[in-house]
Formats: sequence, structure tokens, C-alpha cells
Amino acid sequence: MAWEITKERCLRCGACVSVCPVLALELRESGILNDSGKCTLCPICERVCPVGAIRVEK
Amino acid sequence: MIKDSYDVIVVGGGPGGSSAAKNLAKLGHSVLMLEKRQEIGSPKRCAEGLSMASVDVVGKGMPKRCIAKGINGAIVYAPDGNSVTVDYGKRGGYVIERKVFDKWLAYEASRAGAKVMAMTEVTDILKDGGYVTGVKASICGEEEIEIKAKVVVAADGVESTVSRKAGLETVNKLVNVDSGFQYEMSNLNLEDDEKIIIYVGNEIAPRGYIWIFPKGHDVANVGIGISMAEKSAKFYLDNFIADNPEIFGSASIIEVNSGGIPVGGFLENMVLDGFLVVGDAAHQVNPIHGGGLKEATIAGEIASKVISGCLKKGDVSKEALSDYNQIWWEERGKKLKKVEKLRHVMEKLSDGNLNMLAKALSGDALVEMTRGNKLVTLAKILMKNPRLITLARHLL
Repeated sequence: MAWEITKERCLRCGACVSVCPVLALELRESGILNDSGKCTLCPICERVCPVGAIRVEK
Repeated sequence: MIKDSYDVIVVGGGPGGSSAAKNLAKLGHSVLMLEKRQEIGSPKRCAEGLSMASVDVVGKGMPKRCIAKGINGAIVYAPDGNSVTVDYGKRGGYVIERKVFDKWLAYEASRAGAKVMAMTEVTDILKDGGYVTGVKASICGEEEIEIKAKVVVAADGVESTVSRKAGLETVNKLVNVDSGFQYEMSNLNLEDDEKIIIYVGNEIAPRGYIWIFPKGHDVANVGIGISMAEKSAKFYLDNFIADNPEIFGSASIIEVNSGGIPVGGFLENMVLDGFLVVGDAAHQVNPIHGGGLKEATIAGEIASKVISGCLKKGDVSKEALSDYNQIWWEERGKKLKKVEKLRHVMEKLSDGNLNMLAKALSGDALVEMTRGNKLVTLAKILMKNPRLITLARHLL
């Protein structure tokens, strides 16, 4: 069970944030933040990420 | 440099934000526009194409330095390699330089009287009695300060964080957000540096397309927008580049961009008490081509007129601001909703359908269709190609 982001690949474009159904993700200047308390590991963010930086394992 | 309170705070310094800020300042209101990034216009999340019709809306008086290249048409490649060439004639378009263009829009907003601050991140929304009353913001990474406003305009792009903090639901469905990825490349071998080039096909770009938008004789934005695909947008674009060495064999990568493109899911409600959302943050994008410059600019204009009226009446309640919903849906939403439906049909077309369509549509027919002689043209095409009637059934 894990949500992982490869920070070196992330371009901070916010595509993942725009589709997160539980508002767990936030785009900050420092990168993408995931509030793991909210995250349901649904993997919608993994599917929309244009650069394949997000990996979700149930 | 920053006051404690303003009539309006605009969050986001893109075209939607600058449009709202400039028009509100012109109408005599005090305006603060905040941009999170250290530089307005960068990094771009855009292919930078602008039709002449959009120039009239977005780029009136735009200085020449905003223009990278003039465009006189488009070449669309079907999956089987056949192409359709469209000649735009004199009313072509431009590929612009967003870094320069967005800054020019912000200059214009500031010249109209708005205060603009880059590298200022909004971290939270202030609320009082259900009304949005300002923002918490950090300027250049310093400790957060509170800035009050009668109305906050969210123009913070596709991530739409500010609306969510304010309590407005803007989450989009996965089917309505394209994954976009793009390289700005140089030393390309372009077949025609005055035409944009589009490649369609479910193998190369599932439910989307690949684009080449020339910015110079050998420089272009080379990008892809796809939806619900097995692999990442970057994966498909890298494959396409590897498979076309005659164009890309000697090319270099000068810039890397990615983004989510809202291509549907328009919001019925875009306002709260003392709050309103414009642009990508409100999914205001053309669902077929994914362009949002014109939509954000128009929405910023509508928003500024409504907000100005509300400020003058001293009523910034949700009910008063909801004129923005009504006017936007009347002027833009109805039309864009139809375009969204067309997109859903286009997405279902097989590569075979796309090949057939490309064979049937000569460039002249396409131009005639865009000029409005749609039914006559369609009838002519169908008479020449009876097999297309099956396809037309999907389209109409």
C-alpha cells in the first residue's frame, strides 16, 4: 500500500491535482503534496500524470 | 508595497488573471494580482498557437516581440499517412512566445492600475461569516501575511487549488482531463514552417493528437494530448519522435513542458459569497483543440464587469455574483458544451474512420466548412463517398 512520486520526474504541472476526487493532492512551489490521510490510493492521479512520475500500489 | 486590503485580489497571473485584473482596474477598483511562480509566463503549459480570431480577443495591441512565427495553414495526417492540407489564407494565425506574451498582459494590467506581485504563493483563503474575505499569502518565501479583499478571483490554473480551499467544487473527471506533454525542439527538419502539423491516430495518440507548432524555420513546440491511455503522454511522444527520424533525427530539446488540459466538465456554478473562478481553474477550455487563452480572457472580462457592478451596489453575495454564471453560460458555455459533445464523437472514431475522413475531406472542403457552408459541403462530400454515410451517422 503506497503512493509514491519520483520528484526528479515531476514537472509540477498540477494535472494530478485537478482530478484528485478526495482533494488529497496540492501543488506547492516545492512540489506535489499528498495528504495521505485523505488519499484512497484510487490511482486516478497515476493515470493522468503526463510523465509517469506517480506510482500507486494498493 | 502591498496594502492591507483591496477591492479585489486575483490569484494567478496567467491570461485569465491579467484579463480580470486589467479590466477591474480600468473600472476604477483597487486590484492585487498574485503569481506563485518567480516569473509570470513560465513555465508554459501551452502549445502557443493563436488563431487570428483569437488575436482579436486576446492580443489586441500585442507587441511584435510576442510573436514567434506567422502561420498560414495546417496539415493534418491520418493514421495511414494520408494528409489533408488546410490553407487559412490571409487570416492565418501566430505561434506566440507565452513567456513574453503573459508578461505583456501583466504589464498591461499594472499600467491599468492593478498591483502585480510575482513569487507570492497563496496558502489559504480567509473567510468571515461564510464570505471569502481575503487570502493568506507568502511573498518570496517569507512569513505568511493576511490581505483582505471584498472579492477574490481564482485564476490559478488547472490545479484549481484556491477554489477548493474556498469551498467550491472544481474537481474534474479523469475523462475530462487530457494528459499533455511537450518539447520545444530546435534543429528540426520541418516540411512547411508556416503550417501547424497535426497527427491523429489511436496508436500514436489515444483519444487525442500530436502537434508540431513552428516557432522558427527549424524550431517548434512538439507535443501530445491524450486521454485515458495505457501509458504516459511522454511515452507516446518519445515513441513518435523515435519513429520519425526524418523530422527529429538531428533535433535537440530546448524546453520540457507538461500539463493537464481540461477538455470538458464545465461548471454550473462558479461563484461563492465574495468569490469567483475563471480560466483553466473553471475548466474554460475549448474541448476539441484544448486551447484556453481566448476562453480565459473572455471569462476575465465577464467576471470584471459583474464584480464591478456588485462592488458598486455593495453586494458581493453568491446570488449577486451569479450573474457571472448566467452570462458565461449564455455567451460561452452553451457553445462549448456542443463542442464537448463533438469531442466525445471524435474520440470514438477508429483509425479506419479517421483514414476515411481524411480521404474525403479535401482542404477546400474543410475551409468551406469552417466558413459556415457546412451542410452543402457535407452533402457534396457524402455524394462522392457513400461509405462515409455510416460515419456521418456517428457525427450528426
